[in-house]
Amino acid sequence: MSIGHVLLGLLSERPKHGYELKKEHDQRLPGAKPLAYGQVYATLQRLERDGFTEVTGTAQEGGPERTVHAITEAGRTELDRWLAEIEAPAPYVASPLFARVVVATLAGGTAEEYLLRQRAAHLTRMRELTARKASGSPAQVLAADYALQHLDADLRWIETALERHTVLKGETDA
Amino acid sequence: MLEARTLRKSFGRTTALDGASVEIGEGEVVAVTGPSGSGKSTLLHCLAGIIRPEAGEVLFAGRRLDTLDEDARTRLRRENFGVVFQFGELVPELTAEENVVLPLLFGGRGRRESLQAARSWLERLDVADCAGQRPAELSGGQLQRVAVARALAAEPRVIFADEPTGALDSLAGERVMGELVGAARESRATLVVVTHDNRVAAYADREIALRDGRVVAGATAATGGTAAGTPGEAAAGGVSR
Ligand SMILES: Nc1ncnc2c1ncn2[C@@H]1O[C@H](COP(=O)(O)OP(=O)(O)OP(=O)(O)O)[C@@H](O)[C@H]1O
Ligand SMILES: [Mg+2]
Repeated sequence: MSIGHVLLGLLSERPKHGYELKKEHDQRLPGAKPLAYGQVYATLQRLERDGFTEVTGTAQEGGPERTVHAITEAGRTELDRWLAEIEAPAPYVASPLFARVVVATLAGGTAEEYLLRQRAAHLTRMRELTARKASGSPAQVLAADYALQHLDADLRWIETALERHTVLKGETDA
Repeated sequence: MLEARTLRKSFGRTTALDGASVEIGEGEVVAVTGPSGSGKSTLLHCLAGIIRPEAGEVLFAGRRLDTLDEDARTRLRRENFGVVFQFGELVPELTAEENVVLPLLFGGRGRRESLQAARSWLERLDVADCAGQRPAELSGGQLQRVAVARALAAEPRVIFADEPTGALDSLAGERVMGELVGAARESRATLVVVTHDNRVAAYADREIALRDGRVVAGATAATGGTAAGTPGEAAAGGVSR
């Protein structure tokens, strides 16, 4: 995901300063990894360099003076272009779960014990998310749905892998 | 409050339960998981006093259930249990609403009160529009929701639900699980859900995993919770092999 595009999206509402952008990012994308300030400022610098944002002044509300950023015409065009795109369906199997299973069998062991522990951890996390969903904001519910369905996909893969394991053993390198 | 001790049950040459033991506490929400044919429905039916095991014991609130005669078991079931069957099992001659009302009347509630309760539960499960239709005129998902309404309307102490979301899409399934778990939490009722869907199992406090007619994990609260038990133990089942 591109942080730059999310920041452009937040700026499309009105000009904001970096601290505001960080707070709003974390609030509106619950469940996403919170942004570090360094990341926000580095991204803003890049957006400004590319002409997608500009500095329009400073704001001071009791605290320190803050630089206010605004989206430019080019920034809006870039945002529209991004929104019109789709994410490429994952071309590679990049999951560490998959790598662990293959490596475990390469190393001459069995992945079964690992898979069972991973399964328990996934289900525990799914319980937490399900409980949290009962009282979440709409964005939190959407984030929990996303996480739950992905964990569920992992779990179903784990279960299939366990079923196939006798077949799998010693054959993943073939 | 609900306990099965080394249950054994076969159908002809098929062994459905092969020494299954579980203990379920009052107010607990448990998920029974396991591969197809592992004995989940059979265990549920034994716990609910619908069928009798050939060997072993079933106890409800400290009383033997499996040794009661047919009449006593039916009475105990009617007073304490609500069952959602895997395939609905509504009375085909009755409308959806009548299906929900009937057990309430049997349970001794007045006509007006029963009708009111039935309507409100059909509403909560989003099938109020189907109240006048017979089971043959309902979709699979509607049937399931009417069956859930029927089970919950009687405010049972134990709710048994066999794949209650099997025919439902994600959101309808979420709603049904919300009502089932909500009803259990509100009245400290016990909920036993059979499922092969991890997202449904995630509503439960604990997973009881069956394999080949035996409970391989989560037989008691101490072995199946989120924190308790070794992860390996808690995970050993619900996994088909
Ligand atoms: N009434 C019956 N007559 C004959 N065999 C039966 C009967 N009920 C269950 N069985 C058999 O007992 C075994 C366990 O059945 P059960 O219905 O308990 O499985 P299950 O775990 O609920 O499976 P599923 O996930 O497919 O619903 C199966 O092999 C099944 O064929
Ligand atoms: Mg079944």
